[in-house]
Amino acid sequence: MDIFGSFALLLAFLATVYAFVAGIVGILTRRTLLAKSARNAGMAVFGLITLAVASLEYFFFTDDFSLAYVAAHSNHALPIYYKFSALWAGQEGSLLWWSWLLSIYVFFALFLNRKKHPELMPYVGVTLAGVQTFFLILNNFVASPFHVLASADSAGVMHMARLSEGSGLNPLLQYPEMVIHPPMLYLGYTGFTIPFAFALAALLGRYPGEKWIHITRRWTMVAWCFQGIGVLLGAHWAYAVLGWGGYWAWDPVENAALLPWITGTAFLHSVMMQEKRGMMRVWNVWLVFITFMLCILGTSLTRTGIVSSVHAFAESSIGGWFFGFLAIVFVVCLAAWYKNRDYLRSDNQLDSLVSRESSFLFNNLILLAACFAVLWGTLFPVLSEWVTGNKISVGPPFFNKVNVPIALFLLFLTGVGPLLAWRKTSTDALKRNFAWPLAGGLLAGGAGFAFGFRSFYPLVCLILSAFVTLTIFSEFYRGARVIASRDGSNLLSAVGELTMRNTRRYGGYVVHFAMVLIFVGIAGSAFNQDIQKELKVGQSLTIGPYTILCQNFDQPSTDNYQSERATLEVFRNGHSQMMLYPERRLFLASQVTETIVANESTPVHDLYVVYAGRSPDTNLPVIHAYLNPLVKWIWFGGIVMVLGTCLAMIPDRRPAMVLRPATERPWSDTIARRAGGSPAASPVTSSPIRKSGPHD
Amino acid sequence: MKARKKFLVGSGIIVATLLALAYVGYTQSKTYYHTISELPTLQGSTLHQRMRVSGNVRAGSISRRDGRVNFVLEEQGKDLSVSYVGNDPLPDTFKDGAQALVEGRLMPEGGFVAEQVQAKCASKYEASPIGAPVASDKGPNKG
Repeated sequence: MDIFGSFALLLAFLATVYAFVAGIVGILTRRTLLAKSARNAGMAVFGLITLAVASLEYFFFTDDFSLAYVAAHSNHALPIYYKFSALWAGQEGSLLWWSWLLSIYVFFALFLNRKKHPELMPYVGVTLAGVQTFFLILNNFVASPFHVLASADSAGVMHMARLSEGSGLNPLLQYPEMVIHPPMLYLGYTGFTIPFAFALAALLGRYPGEKWIHITRRWTMVAWCFQGIGVLLGAHWAYAVLGWGGYWAWDPVENAALLPWITGTAFLHSVMMQEKRGMMRVWNVWLVFITFMLCILGTSLTRTGIVSSVHAFAESSIGGWFFGFLAIVFVVCLAAWYKNRDYLRSDNQLDSLVSRESSFLFNNLILLAACFAVLWGTLFPVLSEWVTGNKISVGPPFFNKVNVPIALFLLFLTGVGPLLAWRKTSTDALKRNFAWPLAGGLLAGGAGFAFGFRSFYPLVCLILSAFVTLTIFSEFYRGARVIASRDGSNLLSAVGELTMRNTRRYGGYVVHFAMVLIFVGIAGSAFNQDIQKELKVGQSLTIGPYTILCQNFDQPSTDNYQSERATLEVFRNGHSQMMLYPERRLFLASQVTETIVANESTPVHDLYVVYAGRSPDTNLPVIHAYLNPLVKWIWFGGIVMVLGTCLAMIPDRRPAMVLRPATERPWSDTIARRAGGSPAASPVTSSPIRKSGPHD
Repeated sequence: MKARKKFLVGSGIIVATLLALAYVGYTQSKTYYHTISELPTLQGSTLHQRMRVSGNVRAGSISRRDGRVNFVLEEQGKDLSVSYVGNDPLPDTFKDGAQALVEGRLMPEGGFVAEQVQAKCASKYEASPIGAPVASDKGPNKG
């Protein structure tokens, strides 16, 4: 089976090299048949890597410890779903997993467009094959997961060896989310390859029109959504498993996952400038390029040990490969842009500071600033060692100082931007659109102040959250009112109708609302409290409104681990509320202990209780309790974000009847004004400026 | 053209503000990396910097007293006695022989006060069964 797997992997490598070379020759000689065969080879890679993945999984499921990788990451007692996820627990397997997910994307990108864009797709195929070639080189020749165990006998002859038991999966990874978090994050990382390929292809092939930008935008949304899910699941995993009471520590690996998400967000906004106004073409192309390069950088940061991280793999020689590849990608991008820079000339200039355009420009500026600050802070130990010889790292204060004001400014733009008109917004429209939301925001701020919100940033966040929420709801309300009064339907069904007619716009609002929820949750961390205390049976500690009484200690065990557990009863106002069972497990195969947090989560706050171990002096159990307000809003916001993105991906429903030809601008403008929106983004009918539709 | 100029001025203000904030954040949180053998050679202001030092926890040296955790880090035959004063529970991987990274300041009388301790499991994942070319990832893989 190991030969089968490594052979499939080798064939995948050959197929992708063929797709790359034949694709280039096909483009140069303009032979359609060759381009077609290159495309088929690109799609075949998916099947071949699937065989390799299946064969490695076969080793895990049959407890066959003759492969070094399987022996290092599994054992007999490991539950079956963790045997599945053990595939990506280490360097070699996770790289194979990367390649496999990428091959899925490649397959669908090539398959769905097999009859479309005959001028563009050969370039796309070549770019994708180039990226795949790199990863398959790593899979085959640098970090193969199919190394067999062998030992030399006294005569120096190597013999195959099979261990009776493996070393087990790292217990920190033995958590349900670890089965889905890496696939989600990797689907984000790999997914950004597709927009990159389309952007580079359009540039190289000088593909006419803005069609490629529609395709790129859709694929970016898919990758962006997965990346967002991956980041949030990672944060949730850190919160639920690591037992330090927080979810984000500005660790290099967390930052690495955040970076492409930030630039992807910037792209999803600035792409509208190109679609609607023909502006920022160079900027957009570079955003896509940079996002892809940040994905490669992020993937490499975990594997090279250049920045120390609790999550990183051991230092290995693989870094050189990644940086070589990054350099090649950068040079190719630079050359493609330089050669075709006239293709990206802008149609329009900025007309007014109070316009949709300028809100997008500020949005992009600020997102890029955030990206740059996070990247700089992450790589600072490396950069400072190069420049001064001293290795200096920066901590959370640096990241928070820069990113908190950026985030709040973004939140402000989230409320303001969508209500500004393209080109120029009149003072009148400003008053009409913002008076009520602004009043509501200030009212919420006043109420918050009265209830004891005294620190500056949480107060600003509260005001802005209320403001943004109100602008979003007023957008839905005004659009729906127009439809309801015309069709005679009720307001709620009019909201549904409105949303389905312009899913992109209203899905976007839902995503904005999700961001508000996440911001509220993060702002809650300003009010975190915690207490740590040694507890005997019968003793108690108090945190916030809760009193935690220690009832019992015991030692439950399974085949996989031994455990120490506290039984705690939680009282509020003298009434028993619930039982909590924080635990510490010793995993037998790996001899590693792990904290199992007891977390009682409500929308108001999380009561997060950790069994911190026994005090060596008194041998009494130490309980650490945290009271973290509003954390649940973050995870709920994540769910809303996914729903909003899915909504934005659904094709628009055409209005039931077309009253006038869409070219008559004054009419659609009037309707849009009545609806309170900007002329360019009328919710009721498609205006001539809107180029997007169900086709994009 | 006027709008463009206004935008540039606005951007300039934003970028300048962020740079100032970044500088403040940098001075508050910058931390130097030093090896244990480097510590005696430090002089002047470098002695009082916030720093990170790594080493292996000497077996049997961990003791807890008055809310502090004391232990000894070893690296290349040199010792450093460390006192952990932070509030967070120590990581599960922190035990005898573990590779630890401590963050804090040197005390004038010698010794090190750590506000943060990170630890990697000592050797479990490095051990390659029967000399195989095995994967050796020491930490949890999160990405």
